[in-house]
Amino acid sequence: MELLANLQLGFGVALAGTNILYCFIGVLLGTLIGVLPGIGPVATIAMLLPATFVLPPVSALIMLAGIYYGASYGGSTTAILVNLPGEVSSVVTCLDGHQMAKQGHAGKALAIAALGSFFAGTVATLLVAAFAPPLAELALKFGPADYFSLMVLGLIAAVVLAHGSLIKAVAMIVLGLLVGLIGTDVNSGVARYNFGLPELIDGVGIGPIAMGIFGFGEIIRNLEHGQKRDVFVKKVTGLMPTWQDLKTSTMPIIRGTMLGSFLGILPGGGPILGSFSAYTLEKKLAKDPSRFGNGAIEGVAAPEAANNAAAQTSFIPLLTLGIPSNPVMALMIGAMIIHGIQPGPQIMTANPQLFWGMIASMWVGNLLLVILNLPLIGMWVKLLTLEYRFLYPAILLFCCIGVYSINNSWMDVLLAAGFGFIGYLFGKLDCEAAPLLLGFVLGPMMEENLRRALLLSRGDPAVFFTRPISATLLVLAVLLLVIVLAPSVRKKREETFVEDV
Amino acid sequence: MRHLIKNPRDFWAGIMFLGVGGLFAGIALTYKLGTAARMGPGFFPFFLGVILAILGLAIALTALREKNKGPGVEKFHWGPVFWVLMPIVVFGFGLKIAGMILMGLFVVIVSSIGSEEFKLRPTVWLAIGLVIFCSLAFVAALKLPIPLCPGFEFFEQFRLCRV
Repeated sequence: MELLANLQLGFGVALAGTNILYCFIGVLLGTLIGVLPGIGPVATIAMLLPATFVLPPVSALIMLAGIYYGASYGGSTTAILVNLPGEVSSVVTCLDGHQMAKQGHAGKALAIAALGSFFAGTVATLLVAAFAPPLAELALKFGPADYFSLMVLGLIAAVVLAHGSLIKAVAMIVLGLLVGLIGTDVNSGVARYNFGLPELIDGVGIGPIAMGIFGFGEIIRNLEHGQKRDVFVKKVTGLMPTWQDLKTSTMPIIRGTMLGSFLGILPGGGPILGSFSAYTLEKKLAKDPSRFGNGAIEGVAAPEAANNAAAQTSFIPLLTLGIPSNPVMALMIGAMIIHGIQPGPQIMTANPQLFWGMIASMWVGNLLLVILNLPLIGMWVKLLTLEYRFLYPAILLFCCIGVYSINNSWMDVLLAAGFGFIGYLFGKLDCEAAPLLLGFVLGPMMEENLRRALLLSRGDPAVFFTRPISATLLVLAVLLLVIVLAPSVRKKREETFVEDV
Repeated sequence: MRHLIKNPRDFWAGIMFLGVGGLFAGIALTYKLGTAARMGPGFFPFFLGVILAILGLAIALTALREKNKGPGVEKFHWGPVFWVLMPIVVFGFGLKIAGMILMGLFVVIVSSIGSEEFKLRPTVWLAIGLVIFCSLAFVAALKLPIPLCPGFEFFEQFRLCRV
């Protein structure tokens, strides 16, 4: 059993004294920041990234993964208690979770979210361990043309699964690709789009973009809307769900886990689509759909499980292909590169400690989440009662220090401020920013692979259609587009994302 | 003019993409384009820029159709924009000169003005507390090379890494 041996190696790394400590700190910090209203996982990770610089790479990535799970769970807590989703994927949790809180079942909702997430995390960890190695092996056969086509497929999938206007999402991706090209061209040494600024010769970092758009931009939006929050603090009692609750939630959790795990692997999918479709599925299957939106426990259990399963399986494309499937993974790639690790199929063979240690730490992180969150819910609730006028200056200061520390660059701070305004502008124009971040990370990779592919084929673009892997991927991409543009599906897709939100 | 635009958010987004795409493509022309087999630094960005401009044009044009009718662009609130972004810019320029202690106080106090319920006294206490926390957590514990208060050895001795 190679799988068991590998997992054993992984758990050896993940449970080693310091690593489990860093996993714990990561989960704790992630939840702490993630619970703050208006801060999603992307901003949380970007903010805490410099805190991992002093650590060895394995510990740093384990801690970052912990931060991610913590932030996701913290987001759900906020969604349930305050009806303020910190990220798109917890929008659905708001629907029934907050209703449950209003009826005095906040404790139950939080507990079932934690338990569902833990179950999903366990299954998804096994899935990652089982599927990552064969995929990584397959990935070693990929040539430049195949990689290029894979990224095309990934970006198209990201568009299809994004909510809102398709064509705007495509434009945001292309814009992201272009922003990613800012800086020195590796082949010719020409500095592109730096407007004569020496600080831009190395390009724009992912930190300033993520922090600017998802941190600063979000704060401005929150301030202009004013803060209307109703926290159900005193009612957080009765943490333990009854047997009846557990029985009603079991199947939804299992279905949510399956759906989420599958959707998480798809490039561009990730937690958002997972939670949306799990909710829709449960509503379809329910005997009495009218309970949904009025505090149905399945409406919390299924999307939370799907959300977490997808968060975990979205590591599969990152670890095997070196391709991020969502903005959080894009940040993880940035973190890996900062720590001197080249993401891609070679990680598993070149650095098995890191690879399996990270996978095992996923499960450990999920376990810590349950242990940590059930007793600490009272503390998170306290945090939620903090007034926003004290919260956002603190967040701003942490972001400023964080973004400066990534490269010790004052230019990054100014860039983040600039992207803060751009993010605000995007919000006004209904342009979703997540595809931009994906494009940003993939820009240089796409150019490099396109260049290599065309160099090998002497400029003949037919290479993308004659190589079997590349051709298959492109056909898949076209199929996806056709399906989405088909009038009936298009209508359905709009309904899915609009429904009840 | 105004009644022609049925979906202002899409229209202006399209114009934005058109402009930015055109800008990127235009600048790309000043780099060497090369051929498909030997791509120069301008090749990929030029085509991306053109694609972005075309997409932008398409978005703007569809915004003129009656059936795509949508809500207008919400008003810009320049107050929050200014009070949030200005302190960050000052922080960026001033950190190496004035250090994190002063800049941290500045960011927290000035950005608080952007809130409708701004009160000076609690904000000052918050700022002092946060700056102490950040100095201990980021500089003393995590050893990030951030200048605390240049010129004052008392503060600087806590830093292990120097810029």
